[in-house]
Amino acid sequence: MLSLAAVSAGYGSFRALFDVSLEVPQGEAVGVIGPNGAGKTTLMRVISGLVPLRGGAMMLDGRPIGGLPAHRIVELGIAHVPENRRLFPRLTVEDNLRIGAFIPQARARFAQQLGRIYDMFPRLKERRDQPAGTLSGGEQQMCAIGRALMSEPKLLLMDEPSAGLAPLVVEQVFDLVRRIRAEGLTVLIVEQNVQQVLDVVDRAYLLEAGSMKLSGTSSDLKGHEFIRKAYLGL
Amino acid sequence: MDIYLLEAIINGILLGGVLALLALGLNLIFGVIDVVWIAYTDLVMCGMYVVYWLYVGFGWPLLLACAAAIAGVAALGVLVHVLIIAPILGSAPINQLLATGGLLFFLQSFATLLFGTDFRNLGIRLPIIELGEIYISTARLLAFSIALIGASALYFFLKSTFIGTAIRAIAQDRDIIGLMGVDQRRIYLVTSAIGGALAGLASCLLVLQYDVHPFIGNTFGPLIFMICVLGGLGDMIGGFVAAFIISQIISIVGYYSNTELAYVLAFAFFIALMFVRPRGIFVR
Amino acid sequence: MNARSAALLAGLAILLCVPYFTPPYLLHLLIQALIWAFIYTAWSMMGRFGFVSLGHGAFMGVGAYAPALLWNYYDVTPWAGIPLGVLLSALLAVVIGYPCFRFRVVGHYFALVTLALSQVVMLSVVAARDITGGSLGFTPRAVGHSWYALQFPEKSYFYVIALVLWLGGLAVWRWIDRGIGREALDAIAEDEEAASAIGIDVMREKLRVTVISAALTALGGAIYGQYFMYLNPETVSGISVSLQIVFAAIVGGMYDLFGPTAGALVTISLNEGLRVGFGTHFIGAANTIYGILLILCIIFMPRGIVGTLRKMHMPRAPTKAVPAE
Repeated sequence: MLSLAAVSAGYGSFRALFDVSLEVPQGEAVGVIGPNGAGKTTLMRVISGLVPLRGGAMMLDGRPIGGLPAHRIVELGIAHVPENRRLFPRLTVEDNLRIGAFIPQARARFAQQLGRIYDMFPRLKERRDQPAGTLSGGEQQMCAIGRALMSEPKLLLMDEPSAGLAPLVVEQVFDLVRRIRAEGLTVLIVEQNVQQVLDVVDRAYLLEAGSMKLSGTSSDLKGHEFIRKAYLGL
Repeated sequence: MDIYLLEAIINGILLGGVLALLALGLNLIFGVIDVVWIAYTDLVMCGMYVVYWLYVGFGWPLLLACAAAIAGVAALGVLVHVLIIAPILGSAPINQLLATGGLLFFLQSFATLLFGTDFRNLGIRLPIIELGEIYISTARLLAFSIALIGASALYFFLKSTFIGTAIRAIAQDRDIIGLMGVDQRRIYLVTSAIGGALAGLASCLLVLQYDVHPFIGNTFGPLIFMICVLGGLGDMIGGFVAAFIISQIISIVGYYSNTELAYVLAFAFFIALMFVRPRGIFVR
Repeated sequence: MNARSAALLAGLAILLCVPYFTPPYLLHLLIQALIWAFIYTAWSMMGRFGFVSLGHGAFMGVGAYAPALLWNYYDVTPWAGIPLGVLLSALLAVVIGYPCFRFRVVGHYFALVTLALSQVVMLSVVAARDITGGSLGFTPRAVGHSWYALQFPEKSYFYVIALVLWLGGLAVWRWIDRGIGREALDAIAEDEEAASAIGIDVMREKLRVTVISAALTALGGAIYGQYFMYLNPETVSGISVSLQIVFAAIVGGMYDLFGPTAGALVTISLNEGLRVGFGTHFIGAANTIYGILLILCIIFMPRGIVGTLRKMHMPRAPTKAVPAE
């Protein structure tokens, strides 16, 4: 569904990504792992259109999307759950979900979709009129994911969903990812928690210092010498 | 209570209505786009001239002239954003403030060029209501009511519509608003148009009560800035409340002494308060 | 004596001889240009470090009205009245500056607080109309040629005074520019926390430059009053004059020594040119053009005329190296 070919990007005179290529086949879950500062978040932002492409090509279902502004990319069916959730803190939970449905296609089905999200996340329904900034870390993550789902995307990008969350909550988040996957959504997850993400995705890439170093199915990577030593501590 | 003091208090509340409307407009623009339109009250001046010329000069019905003024100033707001603000969105904020200052100069001088410095009046005399020994001007009452209606309309728009929610959201996190499928540039234009429309509405309400001349913006411009800063720049509710606080101070002090002293004290109060609560009295 | 000092002295000598071969009308314009250039330079001392004050009209007003009022009502010589006005302005600067800087009231907020300050001064002048004449203005009592009253019908005297003022302003600018103060202020402008972390007394530096700026502006206002022999709250302390000061400094370039002076020349020429060209037919034309100029300036030439010219003459800076991975 999504393919990146030799993509480069950066900020000002600083290059963050060098000739990055990856494939996210339809219906699969793909992970990108790597250390801090490897460029994982930049990668997400390039795909969702917040950071411009400097080289290479990006295709969604065969259609080039490099260079499109972020709001157009959402209309094409890619939703991005940003690093650190980035909820609108003084808007209520419901308002945050509402803004997720801003694009015309989603607006028309807002009420319906809202019902579905509340079914998926009953805790959010309880707190629908609370300012999003007052929610706990786990609840905020649920809200951020719910907000992204409001636009009924075909590809969901998740940037470090486990960051800053207690282990129990991290479990819940990844259970959620499995559920979303089971409903047929394609997912691309960027994560530092290698153990958890490899248990949930079909294939993964290793990004280090802006370049793709390894790729393979999740079982391949789980058995890989380097990965085991450097990232799984084994 | 002294009956004339009551009159002053009531007049203070009525005065506060239009000031609150203007504070809402300025705060909206600042909250979303992060620019202070120093020339905001000069947009009001333009609206007042539009009403004057359409009504007095061309004989249009008053309501139509007012509608034209609102639409006109809304369009002017969009022009201001596109021509002056958008090119320098990346510069230091003070540059943006100063650029709108240049606009202030331009609008005031251009108006002088077109209309001269004479004071012009609509010539409409609305009746005065007599309640016992208190006199209340219908023009003021009308202005207050319409200002409140305008403020309520704005409130519902921001609360319940998708664009309104986007406007509130963008003020809280500009960076990721694109991820919601929201075109930032479009929101800026819509906000500028609404800010302009509010100024246009205010101009219709003010032209009923005051004479129009090119420099009328200077008489309440600093007042509006002060109100907005007092309520917290960008805080719509804070500005709304601050408008009534300031108008009460002006009205009550004005009752006991003269109007100028009232303004001096209001400003002095503001400066003093800045040192106690620099971010505005309602900072959370 | 080297070539440079010789050139400077020659220049000074020529400047001093100007009144002898200049028609009175031109001299009048020159005097105005010098006084305003002085005031704009004083403002830029703060403005260049990011402390954009929209209320310098307050200082100008206090500096102008104090000696004038004392002269008319108590026969106090301006030689005492002016320093008093300057002192009052300096005090005002501290009263406003200290809390502002202490509570980090900066940027937009600072600009708007200073705007409010100039409003307070202007409104106070108008409110005290029994003493100050209010909006109708105030005329210092004229006594003809008098050193005691600092009044001279002959323009050449004021020319010299204005010249000394202007040169003095440039000298103070130079002094700030060359002193440690300037480096400190640049550091503060860039990152206040870091600056105080390396031991810069942020408060003292900020207050110092604010007080100097205010005091000099007050002095400019006082001389303005003595020359024109007429004060009006709008022209001397309202928003208009506050904004005018800011704008001229920006158009000319507030980061350069002669920038504000260039701004003064531009404004005076524009005003006179349009007045002569169109007479009273197009009142407001000058400022209309000025407003457009200002907007264009901020968009395309934020360093002003002098700053932009200077940049065009400087050699290219080497391109930054890409940081290693």
